[in-house]
Amino acid sequence: MTYLSAVPLQAGLLDGVFGPFYWFLNYWSEVMSWVAGQTGLEILQYGFMHRAILVGLCIGVMAPLIGTFLVHRQLALIGDALAHTGFAGVAVGLFLNAVLELGVSPYLTAVVVSMIAALFIELISEATDAYNDVSMAIVLSTGFALGTVLISINAGGLAVGVNQFLFGNLATVSQDSAAILLLLFVIVIGVVGLTRNQLLYVTFDETAAAVSGLSVSWYNRIMVLLTAMVVVGAMQIMGVILVAAMLVVPVAGASQVSRSFNESILVSVVLAELAVILGIGVSYYAEATAGGVIVLLAVAIYVAAVVLGKLQAASGEEDTPEMGSIDVSDAKPSDD
Amino acid sequence: MRTQTSASPTSSGTASSTESAIELSDVDFGYTSSPVVEEISLRIDPGEYVAVVGPNGSGKSTLMQLMLGLLRPDEGVARLFGESAHQFDDGERIGYVAQHASASKEMPITVREVVKMGRFPHVGFGRLSSEDWDIVDRALDTVGMAAFSNRRVTQLSGGQRQRAFIARALASEADLLVLDEPTVGVDMESVEAFYNLLGSLNSDGITVLLIEHDLGAVTEHTDRVICLNREIYFDGSANEFVESDALARAFGTTADLLGGSR
Repeated sequence: MTYLSAVPLQAGLLDGVFGPFYWFLNYWSEVMSWVAGQTGLEILQYGFMHRAILVGLCIGVMAPLIGTFLVHRQLALIGDALAHTGFAGVAVGLFLNAVLELGVSPYLTAVVVSMIAALFIELISEATDAYNDVSMAIVLSTGFALGTVLISINAGGLAVGVNQFLFGNLATVSQDSAAILLLLFVIVIGVVGLTRNQLLYVTFDETAAAVSGLSVSWYNRIMVLLTAMVVVGAMQIMGVILVAAMLVVPVAGASQVSRSFNESILVSVVLAELAVILGIGVSYYAEATAGGVIVLLAVAIYVAAVVLGKLQAASGEEDTPEMGSIDVSDAKPSDD
Repeated sequence: MRTQTSASPTSSGTASSTESAIELSDVDFGYTSSPVVEEISLRIDPGEYVAVVGPNGSGKSTLMQLMLGLLRPDEGVARLFGESAHQFDDGERIGYVAQHASASKEMPITVREVVKMGRFPHVGFGRLSSEDWDIVDRALDTVGMAAFSNRRVTQLSGGQRQRAFIARALASEADLLVLDEPTVGVDMESVEAFYNLLGSLNSDGITVLLIEHDLGAVTEHTDRVICLNREIYFDGSANEFVESDALARAFGTTADLLGGSR
Protein backbone atom coordinates (compact mmCIF):
# COMPACT_ATOMS: atom_id res chain seq x y z
CA MET A 1 0.00 0.00 0.00
CA THR A 2 2.81 2.27 0.86
CA TYR A 3 4.27 1.71 -2.55
CA LEU A 4 1.04 2.33 -4.36
CA SER A 5 0.54 5.63 -2.67
CA ALA A 6 4.14 6.50 -3.34
CA VAL A 7 3.33 7.51 -6.89
CA PRO A 8 1.30 10.58 -6.08
CA LEU A 9 3.52 11.09 -3.05
CA GLN A 10 6.66 11.26 -5.07
CA ALA A 11 4.99 13.45 -7.62
CA GLY A 12 3.45 15.86 -5.16
CA LEU A 13 4.34 16.05 -1.54
CA LEU A 14 7.82 14.59 -1.80
CA ASP A 15 8.79 17.08 -4.45
CA GLY A 16 8.18 19.79 -1.90
CA VAL A 17 10.38 17.98 0.60
CA PHE A 18 13.11 17.24 -1.91
CA GLY A 19 13.00 20.61 -3.64
CA PRO A 20 15.72 22.24 -1.54
CA PHE A 21 17.94 19.19 -1.99
CA TYR A 22 17.69 19.35 -5.75
CA TRP A 23 18.54 23.02 -5.56
CA PHE A 24 21.53 22.18 -3.35
CA LEU A 25 22.65 19.44 -5.73
CA ASN A 26 22.69 21.87 -8.64
CA TYR A 27 24.55 24.45 -6.59
CA TRP A 28 27.07 21.83 -5.47
CA SER A 29 27.55 20.75 -9.07
CA GLU A 30 28.32 24.33 -10.12
CA VAL A 31 30.87 24.66 -7.33
CA MET A 32 32.52 21.40 -8.38
CA SER A 33 32.60 22.49 -12.03
CA TRP A 34 34.25 25.72 -11.00
CA VAL A 35 36.84 23.78 -8.99
CA ALA A 36 37.37 21.55 -12.01
CA GLY A 37 37.89 24.62 -14.16
CA GLN A 38 40.43 26.07 -11.74
CA THR A 39 42.37 22.87 -11.10
CA GLY A 40 41.88 21.01 -14.33
CA LEU A 41 41.03 17.80 -12.46
CA GLU A 42 39.39 15.44 -14.89
CA ILE A 43 37.53 13.62 -12.13
CA LEU A 44 35.57 16.76 -11.26
CA GLN A 45 34.25 17.40 -14.74
CA TYR A 46 31.33 15.00 -14.71
CA GLY A 47 27.95 15.57 -13.11
CA PHE A 48 27.76 12.02 -11.78
CA MET A 49 31.11 12.43 -10.02
CA HIS A 50 29.87 15.62 -8.36
CA ARG A 51 26.97 13.68 -6.90
CA ALA A 52 29.11 10.69 -6.01
CA ILE A 53 31.56 12.87 -4.11
CA LEU A 54 28.77 14.60 -2.20
CA VAL A 55 27.13 11.29 -1.36
CA GLY A 56 30.52 9.95 -0.26
CA LEU A 57 31.14 12.92 2.00
CA CYS A 58 27.74 12.45 3.66
CA ILE A 59 28.38 8.74 4.15
CA GLY A 60 31.74 9.57 5.68
CA VAL A 61 30.00 11.60 8.37
CA MET A 62 26.89 9.64 9.20
CA ALA A 63 28.16 6.05 8.94
CA PRO A 64 30.86 6.34 11.63
CA LEU A 65 28.62 8.60 13.71
CA ILE A 66 25.96 5.91 14.00
CA GLY A 67 28.59 3.19 13.95
CA THR A 68 30.19 4.58 17.11
CA PHE A 69 27.00 3.95 19.06
CA LEU A 70 26.54 0.51 17.53
CA VAL A 71 30.09 -0.78 17.89
CA HIS A 72 30.29 0.10 21.57
CA ARG A 73 27.13 -1.87 22.20
CA GLN A 74 28.49 -4.89 20.36
CA LEU A 75 25.85 -4.40 17.67
CA ALA A 76 28.15 -4.17 14.68
CA LEU A 77 26.30 -6.96 12.91
CA ILE A 78 22.99 -5.11 12.81
CA GLY A 79 24.24 -2.88 9.99
CA ASP A 80 24.90 -5.94 7.88
CA ALA A 81 21.47 -7.40 8.63
CA LEU A 82 19.71 -4.16 7.74
CA ALA A 83 21.69 -3.76 4.51
CA HIS A 84 20.54 -7.17 3.37
CA THR A 85 16.91 -6.36 4.18
CA GLY A 86 17.52 -3.13 2.31
CA PHE A 87 18.35 -5.30 -0.68
CA ALA A 88 14.94 -6.92 -0.31
CA GLY A 89 13.52 -3.40 -0.32
CA VAL A 90 15.37 -2.61 -3.54
CA ALA A 91 13.95 -5.77 -5.06
CA VAL A 92 10.46 -4.79 -3.96
CA GLY A 93 10.92 -1.40 -5.59
CA LEU A 94 12.22 -2.87 -8.85
CA PHE A 95 9.45 -5.45 -8.82
CA LEU A 96 6.72 -2.87 -8.33
CA ASN A 97 8.23 -0.64 -10.95
CA ALA A 98 8.31 -3.49 -13.46
CA VAL A 99 4.91 -4.99 -12.69
CA LEU A 100 2.86 -1.93 -11.88
CA GLU A 101 4.96 0.59 -13.76
CA LEU A 102 5.42 2.80 -10.76
CA GLY A 103 8.22 5.29 -10.91
CA VAL A 104 9.44 4.77 -7.37
CA SER A 105 13.11 4.98 -6.59
CA PRO A 106 14.22 1.57 -5.31
CA TYR A 107 16.16 3.36 -2.58
CA LEU A 108 12.93 4.76 -1.22
CA THR A 109 11.36 1.31 -0.92
CA ALA A 110 14.66 0.08 0.52
CA VAL A 111 14.50 2.69 3.29
CA VAL A 112 10.94 1.68 4.14
CA VAL A 113 11.59 -2.07 4.17
CA SER A 114 14.85 -1.69 6.06
CA MET A 115 13.24 0.48 8.74
CA ILE A 116 10.45 -2.03 9.19
CA ALA A 117 13.03 -4.78 9.57
CA ALA A 118 14.95 -2.64 12.06
CA LEU A 119 11.89 -2.21 14.24
CA PHE A 120 11.20 -5.91 13.91
CA ILE A 121 14.70 -6.83 15.14
CA GLU A 122 14.37 -4.39 18.01
CA LEU A 123 10.97 -5.69 19.08
CA ILE A 124 12.21 -9.29 18.97
CA SER A 125 15.15 -8.35 21.14
CA GLU A 126 12.89 -6.54 23.60
CA ALA A 127 10.66 -9.58 23.87
CA THR A 128 13.56 -11.98 24.32
CA ASP A 129 15.67 -9.61 26.42
CA ALA A 130 18.75 -9.96 24.24
CA TYR A 131 20.11 -9.05 20.86
CA ASN A 132 21.27 -12.33 19.55
CA ASP A 133 23.24 -13.10 16.49
CA VAL A 134 20.94 -15.98 15.61
CA SER A 135 17.87 -13.79 15.12
CA MET A 136 20.05 -11.21 13.38
CA ALA A 137 21.37 -13.88 11.02
CA ILE A 138 17.82 -15.03 10.31
CA VAL A 139 16.70 -11.52 9.43
CA LEU A 140 19.79 -11.03 7.27
CA SER A 141 19.28 -14.15 5.23
CA THR A 142 15.52 -13.67 4.99
CA GLY A 143 16.06 -10.23 3.55
CA PHE A 144 18.59 -11.39 1.03
CA ALA A 145 16.57 -14.45 0.07
CA LEU A 146 13.45 -12.35 -0.43
CA GLY A 147 15.44 -9.99 -2.60
CA THR A 148 16.87 -12.69 -4.84
CA VAL A 149 13.51 -14.43 -5.20
CA LEU A 150 11.66 -11.26 -6.16
CA ILE A 151 14.33 -10.45 -8.68
CA SER A 152 14.47 -13.93 -10.20
CA ILE A 153 10.68 -14.05 -10.59
CA ASN A 154 10.98 -11.13 -12.96
CA ALA A 155 14.34 -12.18 -14.26
CA GLY A 156 15.22 -10.92 -17.71
CA GLY A 157 14.86 -7.21 -17.29
CA LEU A 158 15.71 -7.00 -13.63
CA ALA A 159 18.79 -9.10 -13.10
CA VAL A 160 20.76 -6.65 -15.16
CA GLY A 161 20.51 -3.78 -12.76
CA VAL A 162 21.26 -5.68 -9.57
CA ASN A 163 25.01 -5.34 -9.50
CA GLN A 164 24.86 -1.65 -8.76
CA PHE A 165 22.91 -2.40 -5.59
CA LEU A 166 25.07 -5.32 -4.51
CA PHE A 167 28.40 -3.61 -5.05
CA GLY A 168 27.53 0.05 -5.36
CA ASN A 169 28.44 2.26 -8.26
CA LEU A 170 29.71 5.80 -8.51
CA ALA A 171 28.31 6.31 -11.98
CA THR A 172 24.72 5.42 -11.16
CA VAL A 173 24.14 7.93 -8.38
CA SER A 174 21.17 9.75 -9.86
CA GLN A 175 19.72 13.11 -8.89
CA ASP A 176 16.84 11.30 -7.20
CA SER A 177 18.92 8.96 -5.10
CA ALA A 178 21.34 11.73 -4.15
CA ALA A 179 18.39 13.81 -2.97
CA ILE A 180 17.09 10.87 -0.93
CA LEU A 181 20.50 10.51 0.66
CA LEU A 182 20.64 14.20 1.55
CA LEU A 183 17.24 13.94 3.22
CA LEU A 184 18.37 10.89 5.21
CA PHE A 185 21.57 12.72 6.13
CA VAL A 186 19.67 15.69 7.51
CA ILE A 187 17.35 13.43 9.54
CA VAL A 188 20.20 11.32 10.95
CA ILE A 189 22.37 14.29 11.92
CA GLY A 190 19.38 16.13 13.39
CA VAL A 191 18.19 13.23 15.52
CA VAL A 192 21.66 12.34 16.79
CA GLY A 193 22.34 16.01 17.53
CA LEU A 194 19.18 16.23 19.57
CA THR A 195 19.48 12.97 21.47
CA ARG A 196 23.27 12.69 21.77
CA ASN A 197 23.19 12.74 25.59
CA GLN A 198 20.58 10.04 25.78
CA LEU A 199 22.21 7.87 23.14
CA LEU A 200 25.57 8.15 24.92
CA TYR A 201 24.08 7.21 28.27
CA VAL A 202 22.16 4.25 26.89
CA THR A 203 25.23 3.09 24.96
CA PHE A 204 27.60 3.30 27.89
CA ASP A 205 25.48 2.06 30.74
CA GLU A 206 22.00 0.84 29.94
CA THR A 207 20.99 0.10 33.52
CA ALA A 208 22.06 3.46 34.90
CA ALA A 209 20.35 5.14 31.95
CA ALA A 210 17.12 3.33 32.78
CA VAL A 211 17.40 4.33 36.45
CA SER A 212 17.94 7.93 35.42
CA GLY A 213 14.53 7.87 33.77
CA LEU A 214 15.42 7.28 30.12
CA SER A 215 13.24 4.93 28.15
CA VAL A 216 15.97 2.59 26.97
CA SER A 217 13.75 0.74 24.53
CA TRP A 218 12.69 3.96 22.80
CA TYR A 219 16.27 5.07 22.30
CA ASN A 220 17.16 1.61 21.03
CA ARG A 221 14.35 1.87 18.50
CA ILE A 222 15.56 5.29 17.39
CA MET A 223 19.06 3.87 17.07
CA VAL A 224 18.07 0.96 14.82
CA LEU A 225 15.86 3.20 12.66
CA LEU A 226 18.74 5.60 12.14
CA THR A 227 20.97 2.64 11.32
CA ALA A 228 18.51 1.54 8.63
CA MET A 229 18.58 5.02 7.10
CA VAL A 230 22.37 5.20 7.10
CA VAL A 231 22.80 1.76 5.64
CA VAL A 232 20.40 2.34 2.77
CA GLY A 233 21.86 5.76 2.11
CA ALA A 234 25.39 4.40 2.01
CA MET A 235 24.37 1.44 -0.14
CA GLN A 236 24.44 3.56 -3.33
CA ILE A 237 28.21 3.76 -3.31
CA MET A 238 29.21 0.96 -0.97
CA GLY A 239 26.78 -1.72 -2.07
CA VAL A 240 24.78 -4.07 0.13
CA ILE A 241 27.67 -6.35 0.87
CA LEU A 242 30.25 -3.80 1.98
CA VAL A 243 28.11 -1.09 3.54
CA ALA A 244 28.45 -2.37 7.11
CA ALA A 245 32.22 -1.87 6.90
CA MET A 246 31.74 1.90 6.95
CA LEU A 247 29.83 1.60 10.23
CA VAL A 248 32.52 -0.49 11.87
CA VAL A 249 36.04 -0.06 10.45
CA PRO A 250 36.58 3.70 11.00
CA VAL A 251 35.08 3.41 14.48
CA ALA A 252 37.38 0.54 15.37
CA GLY A 253 40.35 2.60 14.16
CA ALA A 254 39.26 5.67 16.12
CA SER A 255 38.87 3.80 19.40
CA GLN A 256 42.52 2.76 19.11
CA VAL A 257 43.80 6.30 19.23
CA SER A 258 41.12 8.31 21.02
CA ARG A 259 40.80 9.00 24.67
CA SER A 260 37.37 10.57 24.96
CA PHE A 261 34.07 9.69 23.36
CA ASN A 262 33.73 13.00 21.54
CA GLU A 263 37.25 12.65 20.22
CA SER A 264 36.51 9.12 19.01
CA ILE A 265 33.51 10.32 17.00
CA LEU A 266 35.53 13.11 15.45
CA VAL A 267 38.47 10.84 14.62
CA SER A 268 36.22 8.15 13.15
CA VAL A 269 34.61 10.73 10.85
CA VAL A 270 38.02 11.99 9.74
CA LEU A 271 39.24 8.45 9.05
CA ALA A 272 36.07 7.62 7.13
CA GLU A 273 36.29 10.78 5.01
CA LEU A 274 39.90 10.00 4.26
CA ALA A 275 38.96 6.53 3.06
CA VAL A 276 36.00 7.83 1.05
CA ILE A 277 37.81 10.66 -0.73
CA LEU A 278 40.95 8.67 -1.48
CA GLY A 279 38.80 5.70 -2.41
CA ILE A 280 36.70 7.63 -4.93
CA GLY A 281 39.82 9.10 -6.46
CA VAL A 282 41.65 5.81 -6.72
CA SER A 283 38.65 3.93 -8.04
CA TYR A 284 38.08 6.58 -10.73
CA TYR A 285 41.60 6.57 -12.03
CA ALA A 286 42.20 2.84 -11.53
CA GLU A 287 38.74 1.99 -12.87
CA ALA A 288 38.02 -0.22 -9.86
CA THR A 289 34.80 -0.58 -7.93
CA ALA A 290 34.52 2.23 -5.41
CA GLY A 291 33.00 0.31 -2.51
CA GLY A 292 35.79 -2.23 -2.47
CA VAL A 293 38.55 0.36 -2.77
CA ILE A 294 37.05 2.48 0.00
CA VAL A 295 36.80 -0.48 2.36
CA LEU A 296 40.36 -1.62 1.60
CA LEU A 297 41.62 1.89 2.31
CA ALA A 298 39.56 2.05 5.51
CA VAL A 299 41.09 -1.21 6.66
CA ALA A 300 44.58 0.06 5.83
CA ILE A 301 43.85 3.18 7.87
CA TYR A 302 42.56 0.98 10.69
CA VAL A 303 45.81 -1.01 10.71
CA ALA A 304 47.77 2.25 10.81
CA ALA A 305 45.62 3.40 13.74
CA VAL A 306 46.30 0.18 15.63
CA VAL A 307 50.04 0.63 15.15
CA LEU A 308 49.80 4.27 16.16
CA GLY A 309 47.79 3.35 19.23
CA LYS A 310 50.40 0.79 20.30
CA LEU A 311 53.18 3.33 19.77
CA GLN A 312 51.25 5.90 21.81
CA ALA A 313 50.77 3.43 24.62
CA ALA A 314 54.42 2.39 24.57
CA SER A 315 56.07 5.79 24.31
CA GLY A 316 53.60 8.02 26.08
CA GLU A 317 53.10 5.79 29.13
CA GLU A 318 51.82 8.71 31.11
CA ASP A 319 52.98 9.25 34.64
CA THR A 320 50.31 8.07 36.99
CA PRO A 321 48.76 11.04 38.72
CA GLU A 322 48.33 11.05 42.44
CA MET A 323 44.91 9.80 43.41
CA GLY A 324 43.28 12.18 45.85
CA SER A 325 41.59 11.01 49.00
CA ILE A 326 37.85 10.83 49.24
CA ASP A 327 36.90 14.18 50.62
CA VAL A 328 33.99 13.98 53.00
CA SER A 329 33.86 17.68 53.76
CA ASP A 330 32.82 18.93 50.34
CA ALA A 331 30.45 16.10 49.72
CA LYS A 332 27.45 18.28 49.14
CA PRO A 333 28.53 21.88 49.10
CA SER A 334 25.92 23.40 46.87
CA ASP A 335 22.97 23.04 49.18
CA ASP A 336 22.12 25.03 52.32
CA MET B 1 6.20 -13.18 59.24
CA ARG B 2 9.19 -13.28 61.42
CA THR B 3 10.18 -9.69 61.24
CA GLN B 4 9.26 -6.26 62.40
CA THR B 5 8.78 -4.83 58.93
CA SER B 6 7.07 -1.62 59.87
CA ALA B 7 10.03 -0.21 61.69
CA SER B 8 12.30 2.56 60.64
CA PRO B 9 13.68 2.73 64.12
CA THR B 10 16.81 4.78 63.84
CA SER B 11 16.02 7.27 61.15
CA SER B 12 16.84 10.51 62.81
CA GLY B 13 13.56 12.35 62.83
CA THR B 14 13.72 13.33 59.16
CA ALA B 15 10.96 10.96 58.18
CA SER B 16 8.14 13.21 59.14
CA SER B 17 6.82 13.64 55.59
CA THR B 18 4.18 11.21 54.48
CA GLU B 19 5.86 10.29 51.21
CA SER B 20 8.11 7.27 51.42
CA ALA B 21 11.23 7.08 49.31
CA ILE B 22 10.75 3.40 48.61
CA GLU B 23 7.77 1.29 49.46
CA LEU B 24 7.14 -2.36 48.62
CA SER B 25 3.99 -4.14 49.67
CA ASP B 26 3.60 -7.92 49.40
CA VAL B 27 5.96 -8.10 46.45
CA ASP B 28 6.64 -11.43 44.79
CA PHE B 29 8.93 -11.86 41.83
CA GLY B 30 10.47 -14.74 39.89
CA TYR B 31 12.24 -14.94 36.53
CA THR B 32 10.72 -18.39 36.13
CA SER B 33 7.93 -20.02 38.08
CA SER B 34 10.07 -20.35 41.20
CA PRO B 35 10.14 -17.09 43.16
CA VAL B 36 13.37 -15.14 43.66
CA VAL B 37 11.84 -12.88 46.28
CA GLU B 38 8.61 -13.50 48.14
CA GLU B 39 6.22 -11.53 50.32
CA ILE B 40 8.46 -8.52 50.58
CA SER B 41 6.97 -5.58 52.41
CA LEU B 42 9.11 -2.69 53.47
CA ARG B 43 9.15 1.06 53.59
CA ILE B 44 12.18 3.30 53.41
CA ASP B 45 11.61 6.89 54.41
CA PRO B 46 13.53 9.91 53.15
CA GLY B 47 16.76 10.41 55.08
CA GLU B 48 17.31 6.80 56.06
CA TYR B 49 20.58 4.93 55.67
CA VAL B 50 19.69 1.33 54.87
CA ALA B 51 21.67 -1.74 53.91
CA VAL B 52 20.28 -4.86 52.29
CA VAL B 53 22.37 -7.92 53.08
CA GLY B 54 22.02 -11.58 52.26
CA PRO B 55 23.95 -14.54 50.91
CA ASN B 56 24.77 -14.90 47.22
CA GLY B 57 21.65 -15.65 45.23
CA SER B 58 19.38 -14.35 47.97
CA GLY B 59 17.65 -11.92 45.63
CA LYS B 60 19.40 -8.73 46.78
CA SER B 61 20.01 -7.36 43.32
CA THR B 62 16.57 -8.47 42.17
CA LEU B 63 15.05 -6.63 45.11
CA MET B 64 16.99 -3.53 44.16
CA GLN B 65 15.78 -3.75 40.55
CA LEU B 66 12.22 -4.06 41.81
CA MET B 67 12.68 -1.02 44.02
CA LEU B 68 14.06 1.01 41.10
CA GLY B 69 11.32 -0.12 38.73
CA LEU B 70 13.73 -1.94 36.43
CA LEU B 71 11.64 -5.04 37.07
CA ARG B 72 7.92 -5.23 37.66
CA PRO B 73 6.63 -7.34 40.55
CA ASP B 74 4.59 -10.44 39.71
CA GLU B 75 2.44 -9.69 42.72
CA GLY B 76 2.20 -6.68 44.96
CA VAL B 77 3.14 -3.06 44.48
CA ALA B 78 6.49 -1.25 44.30
CA ARG B 79 6.53 2.50 44.77
CA LEU B 80 9.27 5.09 44.35
CA PHE B 81 8.58 8.46 45.94
CA GLY B 82 4.90 7.55 45.98
CA GLU B 83 4.72 6.67 42.29
CA SER B 84 4.49 3.25 40.74
CA ALA B 85 8.16 2.31 40.43
CA HIS B 86 8.19 1.16 36.81
CA GLN B 87 6.45 4.33 35.69
CA PHE B 88 8.68 6.60 37.73
CA ASP B 89 10.61 8.82 35.36
CA ASP B 90 11.88 11.61 37.56
CA GLY B 91 15.39 10.27 37.13
CA GLU B 92 17.15 13.25 38.64
CA ARG B 93 15.99 12.13 42.09
CA ILE B 94 17.93 8.86 41.94
CA GLY B 95 21.66 8.29 41.82
CA TYR B 96 22.77 4.78 41.02
CA VAL B 97 26.08 2.97 41.36
CA ALA B 98 26.10 -0.53 39.93
CA GLN B 99 28.39 -3.42 40.40
CA HIS B 100 30.67 -2.26 37.66
CA ALA B 101 29.75 -5.13 35.38
CA SER B 102 26.93 -3.15 33.80
CA ALA B 103 28.85 -0.45 31.93
CA SER B 104 30.65 -0.87 28.63
CA LYS B 105 34.24 -1.88 29.19
CA GLU B 106 35.97 -0.98 25.95
CA MET B 107 34.43 2.29 24.97
CA PRO B 108 36.77 5.25 24.63
CA ILE B 109 35.42 7.65 27.21
CA THR B 110 37.05 9.82 29.83
CA VAL B 111 36.33 9.92 33.54
CA ARG B 112 34.89 13.39 33.18
CA GLU B 113 32.57 12.27 30.39
CA VAL B 114 31.29 9.49 32.66
CA VAL B 115 30.66 11.87 35.54
CA LYS B 116 28.98 14.27 33.10
CA MET B 117 26.25 11.68 32.60
CA GLY B 118 25.10 12.39 36.13
CA ARG B 119 23.88 15.75 34.83
CA PHE B 120 21.95 14.32 31.87
CA PRO B 121 18.66 13.91 33.75
CA HIS B 122 18.89 17.62 34.59
CA VAL B 123 19.74 18.93 31.12
CA GLY B 124 17.58 16.63 28.97
CA PHE B 125 18.20 17.47 25.31
CA GLY B 126 20.18 20.60 26.14
CA ARG B 127 23.82 21.31 26.81
CA LEU B 128 25.55 21.31 30.16
CA SER B 129 25.78 24.81 31.60
CA SER B 130 28.91 26.02 33.35
CA GLU B 131 27.14 25.33 36.63
CA ASP B 132 26.61 21.73 35.57
CA TRP B 133 30.33 21.46 34.79
CA ASP B 134 31.14 22.94 38.21
CA ILE B 135 29.05 20.24 39.83
CA VAL B 136 30.84 17.60 37.74
CA ASP B 137 34.25 18.91 38.78
CA ARG B 138 33.25 19.12 42.45
CA ALA B 139 32.07 15.51 42.34
CA LEU B 140 35.44 14.52 40.84
CA ASP B 141 37.19 16.41 43.65
CA THR B 142 35.03 14.77 46.26
CA VAL B 143 36.04 11.26 45.23
CA GLY B 144 39.65 12.29 44.74
CA MET B 145 39.66 11.68 41.00
CA ALA B 146 40.25 15.23 39.75
CA ALA B 147 43.73 14.31 38.48
CA PHE B 148 42.20 11.51 36.43
CA SER B 149 39.41 13.48 34.82
CA ASN B 150 40.87 13.23 31.31
CA ARG B 151 41.95 9.63 31.63
CA ARG B 152 40.26 6.99 29.57
CA VAL B 153 38.07 4.88 31.85
CA THR B 154 39.46 1.67 30.36
CA GLN B 155 42.90 2.55 31.77
CA LEU B 156 41.71 2.74 35.37
CA SER B 157 41.95 0.13 38.09
CA GLY B 158 38.75 -1.38 39.42
CA GLY B 159 38.71 0.88 42.43
CA GLN B 160 39.32 3.99 40.37
CA ARG B 161 36.52 3.06 38.01
CA GLN B 162 34.23 2.60 40.96
CA ARG B 163 35.14 6.05 42.27
CA ALA B 164 34.26 7.50 38.90
CA PHE B 165 30.83 5.88 39.05
CA ILE B 166 30.32 7.16 42.57
CA ALA B 167 31.21 10.64 41.33
CA ARG B 168 28.57 10.25 38.62
CA ALA B 169 25.97 9.46 41.26
CA LEU B 170 27.11 12.47 43.30
CA ALA B 171 26.92 14.74 40.26
CA SER B 172 23.30 13.77 39.80
CA GLU B 173 22.54 15.50 43.13
CA ALA B 174 19.90 12.91 43.80
CA ASP B 175 17.60 12.55 46.81
CA LEU B 176 18.11 8.81 46.83
CA LEU B 177 21.42 7.05 46.32
CA VAL B 178 21.25 3.36 45.46
CA LEU B 179 24.53 1.48 45.48
CA ASP B 180 24.92 -2.16 44.51
CA GLU B 181 28.09 -3.51 46.19
CA PRO B 182 29.92 -0.27 45.45
CA THR B 183 33.18 -1.11 47.17
CA VAL B 184 34.00 -4.27 45.24
CA GLY B 185 37.55 -3.79 43.98
CA VAL B 186 38.16 -0.65 46.01
CA ASP B 187 41.29 -0.66 48.17
CA MET B 188 40.94 -0.98 51.95
CA GLU B 189 41.72 2.58 53.07
CA SER B 190 39.43 4.02 50.44
CA VAL B 191 36.59 1.76 51.57
CA GLU B 192 36.64 3.39 55.00
CA ALA B 193 36.73 6.89 53.48
CA PHE B 194 33.99 5.88 51.12
CA TYR B 195 31.64 4.86 53.93
CA ASN B 196 32.41 8.10 55.70
CA LEU B 197 31.40 9.91 52.53
CA LEU B 198 28.10 8.04 52.40
CA GLY B 199 27.54 8.85 56.08
CA SER B 200 28.15 12.52 55.46
CA LEU B 201 25.82 12.54 52.44
CA ASN B 202 23.20 10.84 54.59
CA SER B 203 23.50 13.45 57.31
CA ASP B 204 22.86 16.05 54.60
CA GLY B 205 19.47 14.41 54.19
CA ILE B 206 20.13 12.08 51.27
CA THR B 207 18.52 8.67 51.49
CA VAL B 208 21.14 5.96 51.07
CA LEU B 209 20.34 2.39 50.11
CA LEU B 210 23.24 -0.02 50.00
CA ILE B 211 23.28 -3.57 48.69
CA GLU B 212 26.26 -5.17 50.38
CA HIS B 213 27.80 -8.48 51.23
CA ASP B 214 30.47 -7.00 53.51
CA LEU B 215 28.54 -7.47 56.74
CA GLY B 216 31.23 -5.86 58.88
CA ALA B 217 31.00 -2.57 57.00
CA VAL B 218 27.23 -2.68 57.07
CA THR B 219 26.82 -3.14 60.79
CA GLU B 220 29.43 -0.51 61.49
CA HIS B 221 28.15 2.24 59.23
CA THR B 222 24.46 1.96 58.47
CA ASP B 223 21.44 2.68 60.64
CA ARG B 224 19.13 -0.01 59.43
CA VAL B 225 19.73 -3.49 58.10
CA ILE B 226 17.41 -5.57 55.97
CA CYS B 227 18.52 -9.19 55.85
CA LEU B 228 17.19 -11.05 52.85
CA ASN B 229 17.14 -14.57 51.62
CA ARG B 230 14.18 -14.83 49.28
CA GLU B 231 12.09 -13.32 52.06
CA ILE B 232 12.93 -10.79 54.70
CA TYR B 233 14.59 -12.41 57.73
CA PHE B 234 15.32 -9.25 59.59
CA ASP B 235 14.50 -5.57 59.31
CA GLY B 236 15.67 -3.33 62.08
CA SER B 237 18.55 -1.39 63.52
CA ALA B 238 22.09 -2.47 62.85
CA ASN B 239 22.74 -3.10 66.56
CA GLU B 240 19.76 -5.38 66.92
CA PHE B 241 20.85 -7.17 63.79
CA VAL B 242 24.21 -8.06 65.28
CA GLU B 243 22.54 -9.49 68.37
CA SER B 244 19.81 -11.35 66.54
CA ASP B 245 20.05 -14.80 65.07
CA ALA B 246 18.72 -13.55 61.72
CA LEU B 247 22.10 -13.90 60.14
CA ALA B 248 22.44 -17.57 61.03
CA ARG B 249 18.94 -18.29 59.79
CA ALA B 250 19.30 -16.35 56.56
CA PHE B 251 22.73 -17.63 55.71
CA GLY B 252 22.08 -21.15 56.94
CA THR B 253 25.09 -23.01 58.22
CA THR B 254 27.64 -21.08 56.23
CA ALA B 255 27.35 -17.94 58.29
CA ASP B 256 31.01 -17.13 58.46
CA LEU B 257 30.77 -13.93 56.49
CA LEU B 258 31.31 -11.76 59.54
CA GLY B 259 34.86 -13.02 59.52
CA GLY B 260 34.56 -15.71 62.17
CA SER B 261 32.61 -18.92 62.23
CA ARG B 262 29.36 -18.94 64.05
